[in-house]
Amino acid sequence: MKENLSASSVRLRTGAVRDGVVAIAIEGRLDSNTTGRIWRQATETVATAKARSVTVDASQVDYCDGSGIALFVHLRNVQREAGGQLEIHGLRPEFQGLLEESDLGDLEQLESQRRPKTNLAEDVGRAVVGFWEDTRSLIGFVGELVSALGRAAMHPKSIRWRDVVRVAETAGVNALPIIVLVSFLMGVIMAFQGAISLRRFGADIFVANLVGLAMLRELGPLMTAIILAGRSGSAFAAELGTMTVREEIDALKTMGLDPVRFLVVTRVIAAVVMTPLLTVFADLLGLIGGAVVMRSFGIPLVTFYHQVQYQVTYGSFVGGLVKSFVFGILVAAIGCLRGLQTTTGASAVGESTTRAVVSGIVLIVITDGIFSVVYFYLNV
Amino acid sequence: MSAEREAIIRVENFTAAYNGQVVLEDVNFEVFTGEIFFILGSSGSGKSTLLKHMIGLYQPAAGKIIIEGHDIAAAQGEERREILRTFGVMYQSGALFGSMTLLENVSLPLEEFTDLPPDAIRLIALIKLKQVGLENYGDLMPSELSGGMQKRGAIARAMALDPRVLFLDELSAGLDPITSAELDELVLRLSRSLKITFVVVTHELPSIFAIADRIIMLDKQVKGIVAIGNPEELRDHSDNPRVRQFFSRKPSPDI
Repeated sequence: MKENLSASSVRLRTGAVRDGVVAIAIEGRLDSNTTGRIWRQATETVATAKARSVTVDASQVDYCDGSGIALFVHLRNVQREAGGQLEIHGLRPEFQGLLEESDLGDLEQLESQRRPKTNLAEDVGRAVVGFWEDTRSLIGFVGELVSALGRAAMHPKSIRWRDVVRVAETAGVNALPIIVLVSFLMGVIMAFQGAISLRRFGADIFVANLVGLAMLRELGPLMTAIILAGRSGSAFAAELGTMTVREEIDALKTMGLDPVRFLVVTRVIAAVVMTPLLTVFADLLGLIGGAVVMRSFGIPLVTFYHQVQYQVTYGSFVGGLVKSFVFGILVAAIGCLRGLQTTTGASAVGESTTRAVVSGIVLIVITDGIFSVVYFYLNV
Repeated sequence: MSAEREAIIRVENFTAAYNGQVVLEDVNFEVFTGEIFFILGSSGSGKSTLLKHMIGLYQPAAGKIIIEGHDIAAAQGEERREILRTFGVMYQSGALFGSMTLLENVSLPLEEFTDLPPDAIRLIALIKLKQVGLENYGDLMPSELSGGMQKRGAIARAMALDPRVLFLDELSAGLDPITSAELDELVLRLSRSLKITFVVVTHELPSIFAIADRIIMLDKQVKGIVAIGNPEELRDHSDNPRVRQFFSRKPSPDI
């Protein structure tokens, strides 16, 4: 027999309280579409009757699924809490069986497996321990990485060069358009902003110094590293994280292959090669951006070129490249580390990716600060 | 037999293909209301392909899959949503949403598709969890559950809206024999009490003989069905050697 859903309906009838007993009759179809219609009414009827005993006549219930069963269980709980009894009569045997196995007993007694709530002191303690553990694993990872890189340098044939080239292409070559766009616009913006103040003193020409120094010393390497952290560090974390979730890392380990040598070294080498190259592009495009703006202010290209050549030393350029070299290692290593630290579950990979980008950027900025101090004392 | 019973699912002249490669060709069969129907076959025979077409994830290359009179492949908009509500699916890996607790996973379809008050939804979800033996684990995240528990949780979620058909992909894979037997019993009980129709993909012979009303067996070479019917009859009387081979691989009683 096919039941027509649209014609289904449910009805609740309530009798008067007699000798502390109230009678309710439920008729029709109790399913997830109809039960909601009488849920509140039935609950209120039972709760407000304050009867010693409630009898539910369910003989006219044609169909009763999980939601209908839930209604009966709910009414029984409500009546039980009020200190009374609830009897259900006439429910068809097939539904009666389902009702019996659905009795959850006292809901409050359900033993929750959730961990007990923590207090502030405990949270702070855990956070500190977590930070310490994280620092330790970072140091341990650096050690592992250095030893793996050292071994790779001693035996260059052991490096999986095909993987290095693949990663260099996705993390380096494919990042070129966004690096070009961002650094060109940086050059344009800086030149415009600088020109606003400097023009007032007729010192437009010094915009070349500003753009040249800022791009080569600071913004070229920094922007490139931050873009790489967002673009490739996150990709490394996601890829290695997914491999961890899918037990591919475990498979590598049991095959006797070191994940650091197998996966991390290739990525670090690729990043170390590509980051300075991308930084050169960023420097160049930033200067071109500045030159375009200067040209529009009537300063010839050759003047701009000479100004940059005389004012910006090779030290600034090389200093920037050295920084970008270190940034490349940091971004790749932290991305891989966060990927390898992935726990289980779909959200774990997202978490690792976020942590890779955040840690990457924080490390870049801290390292950049250290470089600034060192360069200051070295007079670079 | 088919003349006496009503078919809830009809697969008609169904052909499935990936990138022009035909996996199943001109498959016809019916699933009757209330029965426990198993899809068997060796790896690569197209069991999962068939299942994924039946639940509307893929479009058939040809033919129709009709659930309660509606062609799931052709249905759009409201009609499609209505068909999707008639069945629940338990995926092989469980596919519980990792960002929600188990109870929230089971409550989700109820919150989205019914007007039930929140306390009703919570109670229904708890009852579903009790039916699979997980009522004390509702507050845990799926990642904190074992593989077998995740699978049971997934069955609870599939049952949330009391579907008329339940599709179970690899019901027993990854479960211990006791849990597996309990799940068989659960399927049997739900089938009897709520007249839920079950379509199950599995390899587990004990499950098949314990609860299957009818089975179909798919084969890679034939690209279709090599056997259909009652499992005991097929085991004892099938003239197809591959069918007999599949069923005769009984676990040795001496071990």
